[in-house]
Amino acid sequence: MNIVKPAESEYQNCMRCGLCLAVCPTYREYLNETASPRGRVALARKGLEGQLALSPNLIEQMYGCFDCMACNDICPVGIRPADLALSMRHFDEQIHPEKWKQWLFGGLIAHARRMELATLPLRLYERLGIRRLVYMLGLNRLLPGRIRDLEAMLPRIPQRPLRRILPRVTKAYGEERYRVGFFLGCAQSLLFASQSAAALRVLARNGCTVITPKEVKCCGMPARSYGRMDLVKEQARHNIKVFDGLNVDFIITDCATCGSTLKQYGSFLADDSEWAERADRFRIKVRDISEFLDEIPLRKPAGRIDDKVTYHDPCHLRRGQNVWKQPRKLLSLINGLEFVELPEADWCCGSAGSQLITHYDASRKVLDRKLDNVEKTKAHILASGCPGCQMQLTTGLKRRGLSVRVVHPVTLLDESYGGANGK
Amino acid sequence: MENRTIERFARIVGRDNVLSSPEDLAAYSYDGTFFEGVPELVVLPQTTEQTAEIVKVAAAGRIPVIARGMGSGLAAGSIPIPGGGVVVCFTRMNRILEIDVENSAARVQAGVVTSALQGEVEKLGLFYPPDPSSIRHSTIGGNIACNAGGPRCLKYGVTSNYVLGLTAVLADGRILKTGGKPIKDVTGYNLTALFASSEGTLGLITEALLRLVARPRYVRTALVEFDSLANASRSVNAILEEGIVPASLELMDQTAIACIEEAMHLGLRTDVEASLIVETDGSDEQTVVREIEAASRICRAAGARSARVAWDEAERTGLWAARRSISPSLARKAPNKLGEDITVPRGAIPEVVERLKAISSKYGLPIVIFGHAGDGNLHPNILFDKRKPEEYEKVEQMVREIFTAALELGGTLSGEHGVGVLKRPYLEQALGPVSVDVQRSIKHSLDPMNILNPGKIFEIKD
Repeated sequence: MNIVKPAESEYQNCMRCGLCLAVCPTYREYLNETASPRGRVALARKGLEGQLALSPNLIEQMYGCFDCMACNDICPVGIRPADLALSMRHFDEQIHPEKWKQWLFGGLIAHARRMELATLPLRLYERLGIRRLVYMLGLNRLLPGRIRDLEAMLPRIPQRPLRRILPRVTKAYGEERYRVGFFLGCAQSLLFASQSAAALRVLARNGCTVITPKEVKCCGMPARSYGRMDLVKEQARHNIKVFDGLNVDFIITDCATCGSTLKQYGSFLADDSEWAERADRFRIKVRDISEFLDEIPLRKPAGRIDDKVTYHDPCHLRRGQNVWKQPRKLLSLINGLEFVELPEADWCCGSAGSQLITHYDASRKVLDRKLDNVEKTKAHILASGCPGCQMQLTTGLKRRGLSVRVVHPVTLLDESYGGANGK
Repeated sequence: MENRTIERFARIVGRDNVLSSPEDLAAYSYDGTFFEGVPELVVLPQTTEQTAEIVKVAAAGRIPVIARGMGSGLAAGSIPIPGGGVVVCFTRMNRILEIDVENSAARVQAGVVTSALQGEVEKLGLFYPPDPSSIRHSTIGGNIACNAGGPRCLKYGVTSNYVLGLTAVLADGRILKTGGKPIKDVTGYNLTALFASSEGTLGLITEALLRLVARPRYVRTALVEFDSLANASRSVNAILEEGIVPASLELMDQTAIACIEEAMHLGLRTDVEASLIVETDGSDEQTVVREIEAASRICRAAGARSARVAWDEAERTGLWAARRSISPSLARKAPNKLGEDITVPRGAIPEVVERLKAISSKYGLPIVIFGHAGDGNLHPNILFDKRKPEEYEKVEQMVREIFTAALELGGTLSGEHGVGVLKRPYLEQALGPVSVDVQRSIKHSLDPMNILNPGKIFEIKD
């Protein structure tokens, strides 16, 4: 088999200036060169050039990166250390494949139906009132810290996944001005169903007929994080095929991670002659929901939210898609809502996909910095358009005993339109 | 390194603050240059006392001790050569211990990041002027050990001008305290000045007492573009001769401008041969504005194509971010670069610029010129490809000629990077045998076993 190796251009020209150390969340917590972008680039290079063994510890440093991409942004040479860490995971995975990844990313996560079954116990936990009971009896406090955090991280789980409830076609309220596709992400469907339902209402209210294909697979980010580019490409081809048949002008998602991944389908499939062009056509249609809403004339919401809101930039939105003005603009449309800028708003929250579980301590340290900043704003609402960030932030706030509502900015917009009952 | 020795270090600083895996050691084998040397161990102390204990253990085993901060140095000063030894990394000693507003002083641990300190003191209306391009990724300890400069040195002076006192661990583990809050202090030798720019060869700086000044309330920054590099360098002196002392007066040539434009997309014009960034500051807005306008006028009279004052704070910050990125962004033009740091009396700036151009065309390798023209400190960067042996050979000859040019014009090798390894071979040419001999005696009396950053500044004698 042909093993795909990170290209020389991905590391060769690092001048070791150290600018990236200033913006790296893991470096900032550990103050250790090994946990810095420059360190990871040096290790990758030495590993690839044979000066160091490709040891488990070397690869572990690549998994220590939170992929917040701040280093990609600041590098004056154009090296992308965060991308290189992902390329190294991919490289290693081809040499040392791990069975559980095939099972998890290929067998389970890729299939919406199987994920729904797998998460059924969680829904029962919520639905049968076990969760309430656990909290009433204080049983949650008996759990060890890490498990307790994971339990707390679960949002109020919807009774049914949104994918099962949502109609395939949501008609525009009033005159149809756009025909758009909606990419319903796994986390949104399984855990944040009400937010995506709200997003669809906002689109429909603004003249969109929305088609939500149910047969989409996972966007591919989890597989990418674990070095399974083969699965990412398989999922990409599947999703491109699904949307190709729909005849839509835009492909919209309300998940920062899905959006940034979908927008990369073009580069993922660039050397696949059969798919490159299709992937490129797909890619240019993709919009984050706040990005799309900013491009079209919006109905001014009639309702009010008299409260103070702040906004956390998800890495996959701020740097993954260069979308950061738009969500702030949406929030400013809402009557009564006072916006206060979050200090270091674009600093990673430490969720980083699964790192919050696999790199629990680092994740918590990064989160603490974020929470300190949230506290400074004295806001009661923290808006952020990423399910990963939302879970992480909610847990942290709960742990500190702060009553701050964490919510997707478009959900707030929906509420100011009157929500499900609004006109 | 023997496990027993590693254990002794671990008992001092705790297991989490000792790094010994091959990956960790590799990550501590470099700095901001292309030099490398792998240490045997990395320890990250949290207090002066721990540092003293570390040095005692090292001294007992005659183990070299290499002080390091964030590793942004440009002279290979914090790299273990000829390999081995223990790197003492101060990044986890990053507490600001005191900001004394009444006496305009700050007491900090060595690992405090320079821009973090600046941010804190500015909240209180105070100002810590030294601003090396690495302000966000270098530490106070490293800044002092290399006597770092930066654009603002023209008006405000270099790091050592702001060091009131130091705490340093000596080669035998004793703790030395120098200076204090009084501004005037002539009681005995000026050891504070001696340790500033000692590059970790005389002791390990663990704490510093820094002098602060009042924060200038107004700042104006202008970008001046020239069709001729010679005119740009002549304008530098024309401005200063008018009695205007800008905070900064930075020169960058066409290649430097092209590189930062490519990296940062600021909309800089890349068809000009050189630009100056001029910044004036002070507590009186009218004076600050009048000075920047006068500087712009002088530049225009000297042939500038345009002179424009930054519109707002965002544009100003953008300009400075760009200026700070020049050095690394040169990697876009060639696989390797060697950045020099010569300083000449500022009257000689036009002359040295011409000589640099001549050296470049003689050898056929580009020299990018930028730097703090106002204080005579330039960073000629030779672009080359290390994989081509004939190019590397040329680079060595070019470096020699650049140094010779600087010395002939009454200048010196390094304005703010330090000697480290890179400028070591030229030390005697620059200083003469007597000065080198005196410096070696100082080194020997403070570190007779030569365990503190051996091989830096001076070659190791057998």
